[in-house]
Amino acid sequence: MAQSSSPETLSSPSIDPAEVEKFSRMAAEWWDPKSKFAPLHKFNPARLSWIRERLSAHFGREGREPLEGLELLDIGCGGGLVSEPMARLGAKVTGVDAAEPNIKTALVHAREAGLKIDYRHGTAEQLLEAEGPGRFDVVLNLEVVEHVADPAQFLTDCAALVKPGGVMIVGTINRTSRAFVTAIFGVEYVLGWLPRGTHRFAKLVKPEEVEGALKAAGLTPETPVGVSYNPLKDSFFISSDAGVNYLMAATK
Amino acid sequence: MTGKTLFDGDVVISGGGLAGLTLALALHRAGVKVAVIDALPLDAHADTAFDGRASALAYTSWRMLQEIGIAKHLKGQSQRIEDILVVDGRPLDGLKPGGPGVDSLHFDRREIHPREEGEPLGYMVENRHTRIAAAKCASEAGLPVFAPRRAHAMQTQAGHGELALEGGDRLKARLIVACDGKMSRLREQAGIRSLGRRYGQSAIVLTVEHELPHEGVAYEYFMPGGPFAILPLTGNRSSLVWTEKDAPARAIAALDPQGFQEALEARFGDFLGRVKPVSPVHIYPLGLMLAERFTAERLALAGDAARTIHPIAGQGFNLGIRDAAALSEVVVDALRAGLDPGSQAVLTRYERWRKTDSAALALGTDMFNLLFSNDNTALRHVRGLGLSLANAVPQARRFFMRTAGGETGDLPRLLKGEALRL
Repeated sequence: MAQSSSPETLSSPSIDPAEVEKFSRMAAEWWDPKSKFAPLHKFNPARLSWIRERLSAHFGREGREPLEGLELLDIGCGGGLVSEPMARLGAKVTGVDAAEPNIKTALVHAREAGLKIDYRHGTAEQLLEAEGPGRFDVVLNLEVVEHVADPAQFLTDCAALVKPGGVMIVGTINRTSRAFVTAIFGVEYVLGWLPRGTHRFAKLVKPEEVEGALKAAGLTPETPVGVSYNPLKDSFFISSDAGVNYLMAATK
Repeated sequence: MTGKTLFDGDVVISGGGLAGLTLALALHRAGVKVAVIDALPLDAHADTAFDGRASALAYTSWRMLQEIGIAKHLKGQSQRIEDILVVDGRPLDGLKPGGPGVDSLHFDRREIHPREEGEPLGYMVENRHTRIAAAKCASEAGLPVFAPRRAHAMQTQAGHGELALEGGDRLKARLIVACDGKMSRLREQAGIRSLGRRYGQSAIVLTVEHELPHEGVAYEYFMPGGPFAILPLTGNRSSLVWTEKDAPARAIAALDPQGFQEALEARFGDFLGRVKPVSPVHIYPLGLMLAERFTAERLALAGDAARTIHPIAGQGFNLGIRDAAALSEVVVDALRAGLDPGSQAVLTRYERWRKTDSAALALGTDMFNLLFSNDNTALRHVRGLGLSLANAVPQARRFFMRTAGGETGDLPRLLKGEALRL
């Protein structure tokens, strides 16, 4: 999720047999809905459902594996909470993360789940350099843009990786006073769902800023949807309120 | 490893009873890879000697049976319930025993579904007919059924669960569902404890024929030994659920035909003309059971394996159908989003969805039974007053009807009559 220190080069790490147990334990924690990753598990079904419906509609496909054969990039893939579902829906998934332990955790878990995913340690910029532009039908860019040093450049690199006819989905937190109160103060300080300092207000990105960068890169952004929280049901749902968490699709 | 893997899919259901088959058909129809295993052949459940009961299917349950294809096989075997009359069943004064008392609460479906052909409050169907219809549906739909086969243990591995069958074969799936009844073996093996108690009451169940038509009215009399329910079946027939304390219930069930007839008339009354039994007399001890958890690793409990409640409100089978509706929706949503249908996050959603409803109904029926199953004169006045009061308030009547119809809370799509598709 976090791109703390940039790796030198793009690599496909392998796991030392001695490390398997450690990463298997980390994987178990990533996938435990009662662990520190609980908020992601609560958040995940709502955004995954929306992404599936949006991609199904875009490519005009239905059924069990609507993404069959599509090249999909999950940038900032973390432990693979989005990469694995996308692989189950049939996509050929490349997962990239700047934090090596995340990639190793994701590798171990995918192996345990019997899924084939191409996990790489690196950044979007390095991937673009290595693979060239227009490589992916789908680029998922979820909860990353608020952590990178240069959001505009990062969005431009990601946009370049999308094939003509493809689609990019950006998910992040809006820079509004309400987002500050709920997503930062509420989530990090009151509920303690995320460690304090996970998100910095000044680093948050408004939908119009994402739109601007994507348009400049030749994509056609759509109106964003909100991912809102229902405290009574303790779950997230897709809404028209993009004031806190939002998702935006952009086609090429 | 010995034996073969007979099935490898999304969901394996242990138990081909009403809850198990309803769930299986809902999933199968949506495009989920599902199989059912049962120790008995499916048609073995169709005998009156196996299950002589009839069930009230709430109108939301009926919508689901229509959606998954069971209802079309019940034409001519389902009776619309248009009205429910709840009465204190032993008039305080009066010469002739039996029949409805003075204080009553009348529910009329036209108050919530006003059109001439509007939805009734529910449908009465004999369980064996529902079982036959579900089995027919299963074979028409090509649902994989392993019966008669006995499951002896469940194991979990990374990414899936496995049901080991006697003889060494196995069934694999990402989610295993226990629909194996109130004595659920899978529940016990998973170490899930259950809370429960016996009511000290038993239900005498039989079908009677009466001279006059029932006009689709269900009656529930409150008697000292427990509720006495007359539930309309097709034709001039009704299903009786006659609750008594254990010892008198056993004594009544053991009476010779002449003695039984007298005991029956003394409670039933003569408002529907002459009444006579037309089925074997069954007796079922009543108890309350609630599983402490509805899920374990890669396992979900549904139907009677999750809980059994007092039949006072006729909700037992409906709870099983609501489990099936919620669980199939949770599984389909998960598969549509590429999530693992047996993962903890998905199971947690099912448990939260179903547990409140179950606990509330268990408690509600329990309290109701305590209040009504006694002969304390003061209490009889209080409940008589309660019935008359509730009867005087239309909002209260509509609320009770919608609650009994299963229309409260967060309704699964199948109970709204909407389809589920992968």
